[in-house]
Amino acid sequence: MNVGVVVFPGSNCDRDMFHVLSDVFHMTPQYCWHDKPLPENLDAVVLPGGFSYGDRLRAGVIAAHSPIIQDIKKIAEKGIPILGVCNGFQILVESGLLPGVLLKNDSLNFMCEWTNLTVENNKTPFTNQFELNAKIPIPIANGDGRYFVDDETLNQLERKNQIVFKYDKVVNGSSNQIAGVCNEDGNVVGMMPHPERAAESEINPHDNKPSSLIFESLLKKIGASN
Amino acid sequence: MADYIVHVTIENKPGISDPEGKTILNDLVLKGTHQNVSKINTAKMLKFTINENNKESAQSKVQEICDELRIYNPMVSVVTVDAFDA
Repeated sequence: MNVGVVVFPGSNCDRDMFHVLSDVFHMTPQYCWHDKPLPENLDAVVLPGGFSYGDRLRAGVIAAHSPIIQDIKKIAEKGIPILGVCNGFQILVESGLLPGVLLKNDSLNFMCEWTNLTVENNKTPFTNQFELNAKIPIPIANGDGRYFVDDETLNQLERKNQIVFKYDKVVNGSSNQIAGVCNEDGNVVGMMPHPERAAESEINPHDNKPSSLIFESLLKKIGASN
Repeated sequence: MADYIVHVTIENKPGISDPEGKTILNDLVLKGTHQNVSKINTAKMLKFTINENNKESAQSKVQEICDELRIYNPMVSVVTVDAFDA
């Protein structure tokens, strides 16, 4: 189970993600530098968190023009599972792979705290092991995490079941408390919270099982398609 | 061909909340003696220097660059492009 972990200048959660994928869930991750072609044998791709290009101009926008994004767009069309976490989510929206935009948190603060998510769509490659409306205790760590879509796009997201995760209360001013969305096909998922920081009991004071299910869902999906 | 300075101002569309502008208004300006100020919008400004045939083509080229490279996010932002002699 080969999983690409895409590294941009300024990514800083790439090693955490690599560790969780390899040491906890026994997948075979490999780092993929942003200006090299994406390897062809990948079963899934993760865009980890961080501050690509120092968030200059706008979080994720410069990374969205990296050469590797063209390859990611091609495999997205083939249905390969792609997960963007935090800055990875910002890059996916700025590259047009996911709808919406991530704005500064309402408080204007960098928010580093535990939140609770509810699972709104359990059909994606990253949520297929959840019950609908399951709760996930999971941390956020971002300054630009306020997901925004206009009303028309919001209606479309709801109609096409593209809202994957919501916060269980108002956290940062996101439209409809959205924490994660997917594309129409469901194989590209972006989320602001950090599952790689919550999937092990050693670093999760609440319950690491729900976040584990994000990775176990991917294992299930990859296992099923191989 | 000559150099032109092109100002690109990126600001929120009407209706998109601007917490920074509100903070500057409520917690700085209105706490002073400037009660006649009713609104402050923050914006980001980029200044391009570009070599073009004339001011009009400098302005349209920079507008094209802004659209092509998503210098602004059209879902939440509007952009104003103004060209000047360098």
